[in-house]
Amino acid sequence: MSKIYTVLLADDDPDYLFQVAFYLRKAGFEVMAVESQAEAEQVIAKVKPDIAVFDLMMESDDSGFILCYKIKRKYPEVPVILATAVSRETGITFGLSGGQDREWIRADLYLEKGVRPEQLEQEIRKLLKI
Amino acid sequence: MAQLKILVVDDEPGIRSGVSRILGNFHVTYPFMDEDYTFNVLEAATGEEGIEIIDREMPDILLLDNKLPGIQGVEVLEYVRKKNYDIVVAMITSYASIDVAVKAHNDGAIDFIPKPFTPQELKASIEQITKQQYLRRITHKLKVEGRKVRFQFLSVLSHELKAPLNAIEGYLRMMQERQMGDSLDEYASAIERSLQRIESMRNLIMDLLDFTKVSFERQMEKMQNVNLKELVSMAVVTVSPYAIHKDIRFESSVNGCETIWADPNDFEIILNNLISNAVKYNKPGGTVTISVDCSENEFTVSVADTGIGMNNDERQMLFEEFSRIRNDKTRNISGSGLGLSIVKKVVDLYHGVINVESAPDRGSVFTVIIPRSQVSNLKTGI
Repeated sequence: MSKIYTVLLADDDPDYLFQVAFYLRKAGFEVMAVESQAEAEQVIAKVKPDIAVFDLMMESDDSGFILCYKIKRKYPEVPVILATAVSRETGITFGLSGGQDREWIRADLYLEKGVRPEQLEQEIRKLLKI
Repeated sequence: MAQLKILVVDDEPGIRSGVSRILGNFHVTYPFMDEDYTFNVLEAATGEEGIEIIDREMPDILLLDNKLPGIQGVEVLEYVRKKNYDIVVAMITSYASIDVAVKAHNDGAIDFIPKPFTPQELKASIEQITKQQYLRRITHKLKVEGRKVRFQFLSVLSHELKAPLNAIEGYLRMMQERQMGDSLDEYASAIERSLQRIESMRNLIMDLLDFTKVSFERQMEKMQNVNLKELVSMAVVTVSPYAIHKDIRFESSVNGCETIWADPNDFEIILNNLISNAVKYNKPGGTVTISVDCSENEFTVSVADTGIGMNNDERQMLFEEFSRIRNDKTRNISGSGLGLSIVKKVVDLYHGVINVESAPDRGSVFTVIIPRSQVSNLKTGI
């Protein structure tokens, strides 16, 4: 990989955050790992990442959605992955294929949380086309 | 490009065609929306015709003249509210009496567009309404999803149990694959974190056991004379290692109570949860004040802390299962989100009430009041 890609990673589970960040750094990415929506917003204000991965529920139940809006407003071309466990656990689906959801969830990919770091890396590479 | 349907109900053909013309090529953009909104204008000359179109076409926005030949505008508005339709209503009026305005406003009209209006005025109103409608729908959707989440107790529970398992599994894999090198020392924090996650999972399981006990196993033979003073001391002892660690001081007073007739487990659950929360959400060096007062008719247990407190919104969801207040101040505090919902269940069982007063950064006071006469007259189950 010639260019070093920067991943903004926001998740309030410090262990998951640590593990994914560790894995992605080993895989050659630069990782900005933050534990909250507020910190993620601070990063977005200053830096443009190459891709962002947001947990849905952080300070509030919709932190991930809000971050999607905010990053897409500032950097429309940055791909966003929204990760949460809610869907599988509760049967509530936020499919990105459905027109209605698509209208208000600004993510490029919706992933079930608990996805292994190596799977996440694959999805990141797909979205970055590398 | 998304399209909103606007229905204009007005008996003046000039107004209807004017609205159609002005909004025909108008579009609204808004930072949150990644596509523009355009408008499809439908027209009705009477309230009756309007209602028919509303039922058939389900417009997003309704522009409503009040003074109509048949039924009046406010009656159409009432109809929309009664049916609970998700339509934003704005009144267009040449002369609005205060009464009509107040009634329309109470029925949910969100805007008044004075007649006659310039194209600019109409566009400005429509832009405002479109944004409101958009945000309203998102909030509504999130609320509905949120409510569903809470009802799905078992699903959420499985999530709460899986999160720590995933974390522990992740650390074990890192060790298995020797991702941090061959020395065990490199994994010290991974091991420490795994142990912490196991501990919090254990707490959740304990809470869960309490929860099922309260829900299902109500046995009258467990009722006995309970010494509240002893129970308070026991609860304080249980939480004291943590309290010492955080430098929290206890003040307690028990007035007028010798014994009460109850299941000691129930009062342990109430006291343990309230007192341990008061420590958990306190600030280092803070105080927990426990007071128990028994009068002829009721006993009152109140637990006050000098901790982080909470705002009104946070307070609203406090007693719901698995609801945890998530903010910067609670981020490093672990909890199952079950404790207070269990307390509430127990208090209900004794026909009591639980109140909370709180101010952010000042602290919270939880007060449980249980009528004395009701204790011998327990509900059996929930």
